[in-house]
Amino acid sequence: MNVGVLVDTTRCVGCNACAEACKEANELPGDIDAKLTSRTWTVVEEHGDTYVRRMCMHCADPSCASVCPVGALYKSDEGPVAYEESRCIGCRYCMLACPFEVPKYEWDRPLPRIRKCIGCIDRVRDGEVPACVAACPAEATTFGPRDELLDEARRRIREDPDTYVDHIYGEREVGGTNVLFLASVPFGQLGFASNLPDTEMPSLTWQALSKVPHVVSIGGVALLGIWWIVNRRMEIEKLEAADAADRSSATNGVLEVEES
Amino acid sequence: MRALSRISFWNAVFAVVIAAGLAATWVRFTQGLGASTALSDEFPWGLWVGFDVLCGVGLAAGGFAVMALVHVFNIERYKPVLRPTLLTAFLGYLLVIVALLFDLGRPYRIWHPLVMRNPHSVMFEVAWCVMLYTTVLALEFSPIVFEKLRLERPRRILRAISVPLVVLGVLLSTLHQSSLGALFLIVPEKLHELWYTPMLPVFFFISALGVGFAMVIFESCLSGLAFGKQLEKPLLADLARIVVVVQAIYLVWRFQDLAAHDALGAVWAGTLPGWTFVGEIALGSLIPITLFALPRVRHSSTGLLVGSACAVSGFVLNRLNVGITGLELGTGARYFPTWMEIAVTMMIVALGFALFGLASKHLPIFEPIQRPANRLLRRRNLVSAPAPLGAES
Repeated sequence: MNVGVLVDTTRCVGCNACAEACKEANELPGDIDAKLTSRTWTVVEEHGDTYVRRMCMHCADPSCASVCPVGALYKSDEGPVAYEESRCIGCRYCMLACPFEVPKYEWDRPLPRIRKCIGCIDRVRDGEVPACVAACPAEATTFGPRDELLDEARRRIREDPDTYVDHIYGEREVGGTNVLFLASVPFGQLGFASNLPDTEMPSLTWQALSKVPHVVSIGGVALLGIWWIVNRRMEIEKLEAADAADRSSATNGVLEVEES
Repeated sequence: MRALSRISFWNAVFAVVIAAGLAATWVRFTQGLGASTALSDEFPWGLWVGFDVLCGVGLAAGGFAVMALVHVFNIERYKPVLRPTLLTAFLGYLLVIVALLFDLGRPYRIWHPLVMRNPHSVMFEVAWCVMLYTTVLALEFSPIVFEKLRLERPRRILRAISVPLVVLGVLLSTLHQSSLGALFLIVPEKLHELWYTPMLPVFFFISALGVGFAMVIFESCLSGLAFGKQLEKPLLADLARIVVVVQAIYLVWRFQDLAAHDALGAVWAGTLPGWTFVGEIALGSLIPITLFALPRVRHSSTGLLVGSACAVSGFVLNRLNVGITGLELGTGARYFPTWMEIAVTMMIVALGFALFGLASKHLPIFEPIQRPANRLLRRRNLVSAPAPLGAES
């Protein structure tokens, strides 16, 4: 099963019940911050008269998991991108790589962790819905298999084309995400990154990384080959020089003896 | 007397740098990265990655380049260059690892990539290459120590495996020098168009190669000034010619690539990114190419020092532009390092200088061309005021 969340910004009333439920479910300390932080994994932002809930997009092919050298962040079979804290070395490459700037860091702790929405993976595995979805009083957030959510989103756009822009954010962005958004205005106006390609970001690095075996094999053979040719030529030169010296000493033997 | 005060002046500078570095180290490890750095959720990588790691690894590239020249291409002329270069490379990599221990949130887990695999991660590949190459460098450097200790057996063993070892070193270096550029391939929407290109890995490799040779010249000039030990000038002039060729290839390819991406306009726009780019290209490529192309310049001590210093600073500027400025310009995030980040970086650089000085004093680093000086004379060399720039040494 590949589950996700559909957020309909036209239904959101901005009550932040999702953010409160998230804090409770994930035992996050402190008040709800105005934007995503290490202690606030989801929060409702106001853009004009539209409420937009921020959270991890749970990409189909996540940059954060792809760049993580130790596999601390990983794409689960269920759909959420989760985090195994005991692996993390704290290199923060995930923070740099994430196109949605979701992973946050505990800068104030001597031994910090990466913190982000993990899609309530334990609840999902137990057959429950994520805390934020359960808490939403306005049905602005729907949980389910991603393809069913896409069908639902398309149905809403089709039945009410005056309300929605014809764009499901997350359907194609960076190869698709498990969190999908509907809105009544273009997403660029709601603080969404609008310069993202439809291809998976990890494919950009893979183009370079996939060449590693070729560099090693062809490069290794080429270098050893060059060494072999050059080295042999120099050995031959040395032998010839020695030969020439022998021959000249043979012909000039008398002279050499006299000199020594 | 003046010579003495000069020495104590540099000792005082060294002491201040180390003291400030240690103070910053204390804050870093007791209170964390937030208290010690200007890093934030918006700007997670700073000076320690941009300078200490990206520049540190690049400036140590001479190690594999000169090893390849001497042992693979068998150009024996460059043999005297080998040892100082190997020393630089070995120290460079060790200090990069030290810097990483500062930058990683959980430095005691630095070994995790060894047992936890993610072959899709560039960082994973870099981690393995850096670790393996540091081992290779240790093996390549150890004969110098064995020679000092008069241990013949381990020297013979190392000589027997030297060629495969050098080839391995060249391959590993090629991989991670370019991969440091590949780290940024995944952020096309964050890195400014003057620096983001799918060719980043190739450019990182070529520029590292160029600066590797420039660094050999630069260091020889410096150690000539500081310890009276340096390489022969004709040899350095030859290296300067290699720098010209490598930098010329880099320059042409870089502009061809910018043109292909329609990014040339940003160069002449007269805005900050353009000027930063022009600075990097002028210092790193144009000035060294021009200077070193002139025989009179590349055969003079001053010319060699100025040209190589420009090449090195241009390279540093390029890495800072990719790792810091280009990301600031692309994302709008702001970052300027704290005094503690700068202090740690300066401490690591100072340690590098000190270790280089110690090693070249106690190990046969510049031995082959050393004048037959007795101990007393060598001591005198050490404390005497350096010869004025341009003077024949």
